[in-house]
Amino acid sequence: MVSAPVQAAPPVQAPARARRLPRWVVPVAGVVAGVALYVLFRGRAVLPHDDDATLFHWLNDARDWVDANRNSNPIFLYVVNYLRLGASEVFALIQGALVALGWPGLVGLAAGLGWLAGGWRIAVVSLVGFAGLGVLGFWEASVETLALTLSAVVLSLLFGIPLGIWAGRSPRVRRIVTPVLDVMQIMPTFSYLSPMVLLFLIGSASSTIATMIYAMPPAIRITALAIERVSGVTVEASESLGATGWQTLRKVRLPLALNTIMLGVNQTIAAALSMVPLTALIAAPGLGEDLLRALARVNVGAALVPGVAIVLIAIVLDRMTRAAAQRRDGGSRARAVRWGGFAVLTAAGLALTPVLAQEFPEQWQVQVIRPINDVADWIEAHWYTFTGFLNDTVAYGFLNPLQDLLTSAPWWLVTAAVLVFAWRVSGPAAGLVAAVCLLGVAALGLWEHGMETLTMVLVGSVITIAAGLALGVAAARSRWFAAVLRPLLDAAQTMPSFSYLLPAVALFGNGRFTAIMAAFIYAVPVVARVVEDGLRAVPGTVMEAARSTGSTDRQLLWKVQLPMARGSLLLAANQGIVMTLAMVVIGALVGAGALGYDVVAGFAQQEDYGKGLAAGVALVLLGVMLDRITQGANGRRSPHKKRNA
Amino acid sequence: MKKLRLIAGILVLGLSAAACGGAKVEDDSAAAPSASAAGSAGASAGGTVKMAINGWVGYEASAAVVSYLLEHELGYKVEKVTLAEEPSWQGMESGDVDVVIENWGHPDLKKKYIEEKNVAVEAGSTGNKGVIGWYVPEWMAQKYPDITDYKNLNKYADLFKTSESDGKGQMLDGDPSFVTNDEALVKNLKLDYKVVYAGSEAALIKAAKQATDQKKPLLMYFYEPQWLFNQVKLVKVNLPAYTEGCDSDPKKVDCDYPPYDLDKIVSKKFADTGGKAYELIKAFQWTNDDQNAVADDITNNGMSAEDAAKKWIEANTAKWQAWMPK
Repeated sequence: MVSAPVQAAPPVQAPARARRLPRWVVPVAGVVAGVALYVLFRGRAVLPHDDDATLFHWLNDARDWVDANRNSNPIFLYVVNYLRLGASEVFALIQGALVALGWPGLVGLAAGLGWLAGGWRIAVVSLVGFAGLGVLGFWEASVETLALTLSAVVLSLLFGIPLGIWAGRSPRVRRIVTPVLDVMQIMPTFSYLSPMVLLFLIGSASSTIATMIYAMPPAIRITALAIERVSGVTVEASESLGATGWQTLRKVRLPLALNTIMLGVNQTIAAALSMVPLTALIAAPGLGEDLLRALARVNVGAALVPGVAIVLIAIVLDRMTRAAAQRRDGGSRARAVRWGGFAVLTAAGLALTPVLAQEFPEQWQVQVIRPINDVADWIEAHWYTFTGFLNDTVAYGFLNPLQDLLTSAPWWLVTAAVLVFAWRVSGPAAGLVAAVCLLGVAALGLWEHGMETLTMVLVGSVITIAAGLALGVAAARSRWFAAVLRPLLDAAQTMPSFSYLLPAVALFGNGRFTAIMAAFIYAVPVVARVVEDGLRAVPGTVMEAARSTGSTDRQLLWKVQLPMARGSLLLAANQGIVMTLAMVVIGALVGAGALGYDVVAGFAQQEDYGKGLAAGVALVLLGVMLDRITQGANGRRSPHKKRNA
Repeated sequence: MKKLRLIAGILVLGLSAAACGGAKVEDDSAAAPSASAAGSAGASAGGTVKMAINGWVGYEASAAVVSYLLEHELGYKVEKVTLAEEPSWQGMESGDVDVVIENWGHPDLKKKYIEEKNVAVEAGSTGNKGVIGWYVPEWMAQKYPDITDYKNLNKYADLFKTSESDGKGQMLDGDPSFVTNDEALVKNLKLDYKVVYAGSEAALIKAAKQATDQKKPLLMYFYEPQWLFNQVKLVKVNLPAYTEGCDSDPKKVDCDYPPYDLDKIVSKKFADTGGKAYELIKAFQWTNDDQNAVADDITNNGMSAEDAAKKWIEANTAKWQAWMPK
């Protein structure tokens, strides 16, 4: 995120301005041409949605074939079914182990691991965090979620770390792997589910595998980065001493890269935890199930509390792995203390297991669902006019006109507009990729729904980025504000995307605006954070120089800080858009329709399966398109672009 | 280095786990990979029954009562799997689901999973009579008496416009996974309406209450048995009458929903090995009023599903005793 503070604003172009046309001429001409074409061709070459498209039927047939041959085709018999069984065994093993520890044992083990990783602070965090799961009354579901997460993480690392090592050592592998990882990360979580169900049926195995795929990219990326960064001199020294390649890897590269790899583990866990609740849609056990049930009952409190439980798990695992990633000096004495403490805490927990009740004692649980619901009901009853007004303003003022525009314009005009816009912002390659993606959506027979989704994403991103920008700027300018904001953002970021739907539903009823509001809560923290970090990275000397020349605060912000943080701002926009897409799609669960609905209907209704699968692919294409347009903008100025994994 | 060894240890663990999983598929490959993992974890005296929980409270009421009896009278452990209707059927193939306690028709799924794949079997009627239809609040039927005929719906389409309905009238549906022909109906009956999904039963209920309290126009998909009919007056819109087979092609439906005789579906494996649990489920039968009483307690009287089931069971001993295996 600290990228590109040096490649400042474009003063270089100033002299050019005098000779050529003013800079605004070309874009304005483009817009005028676009409008003229739209007026001329409005309503022609539109691609209305057709549920009966051949492709959907064909995909349905493919599904039927798979269903019929699941137990006879060799690919299933010898590969796919093994993967399924393997994944469900891993899950059963880990779940069995966690359950066998009993709740005191698990809390003790967590505290012990915390102690081992980062001393008493982390031990306390782990102890309180895990005990909190029980206090909230969600112990069993939490353990299931934890088991799913750990299974997926173990498998992600199992495949991700070797791949990362390979990619780190061979630039060619890296070139192949990077775009694949890009797509994997842009892919809205929803689109993973249908293909998983087709191959692995529903249940914990599908869930584990889907989560594994989602969580693997950071493991690969960061491992590759870590291996690559190991200094060449050290490696050479090792090789000149006669070490074999394997020895160098094992004794030099890996140990030196280990701390960074631990960060990869940290990121992998975070990604896995954000995916696991969603897999409840395909019958995965755990907190996601509670969230789904709460959603079906429109019970705000019942949706928030499991969300908080997930945040607790996330915080504990995050602090633990983060601490483990820090290099610690290890005298033999310190080491003895570390392991001693670990042993004592774990043993204490385990010793308590047979003594205390098997289930987390009910009298220790606090009931928070009811008070939360009372608050929600009150807001619902009293703010109705305000929320209804907001909903209608955004729907009639922005969503409907934009959606009309996009669905009534000829497909070629929209594609051309995207091509030209992406080309201008991010260069020819990005322009072409974006246009091809859009054509792909058309080819899938999902143009109209794609445009509806795009409408929501565009409106949602504008709101999100504006708010994120404001918060980020405010936080960068006031330490006090930043201190208040940080923990809130931390929590908001780790809450499963699911839990945001309900407060939004309670406030705004069902529909597109609700999805947009959920996306807003989901994406604003990241945008605000990236903006804040970017602004803070502007060197103090530059700021002082500007101040000494008499800049006001306002000028400082607009003329110095924001231009210099351009890279971060674009990254923020990129993240904001990709996250908005992911969430708007989940909004289908509360009536936002469009592609997201197709996906949901796809795994809920047999005859819609093909459409759902195609919609998943269309979502990926939309994601890649939006990402290319914005990420390219970043990449053109600073080659060392970096995605926030 | 220690951390490295730890990772290596985990890798080995993972590998060996995968390997022993592979061994199992050999034994099991013919009869669908059903050796479900979680089931073996905590089997109590009678074993474990995995019950799908579909997303409407009536279903939950039936599930709660049967679960309560399984757990407290027969000593089984019941694992509840929250799942949409169709995936529940798939769960019988994958081994994640033993029982669907309230099934709404689904002749296509019956054909696929019962006849073709032979992984599920019917376990008899629940006694509940199901109705699906289009409803308007009572005040609308009084104010616009001819609105209850579908032929007049286009005349009133403007009333039902919302921000989500694209300038047409809004036809509010529930969860996308519920049994519905509404999109086809709107298309084939040439209605100037758009189907909008509220997302859940609770959202429908909320809409119905608001429409009644605030006199807001509403046309919505709804169904019986449902406790809401005891609280809010809704009037059914008459669609073209149902005739046998008029809904056989889901895309070409232009008639009302059939009357449903709700039934129970269990996995083949459970029917063969479920013992007393299977017998109880097979014998389970009650009325719409029974279900509504329990559902009402769950939704409106702040009871957990278990407490509501317990209350009903304590009050209706004779009924449930008749279901118990001899």
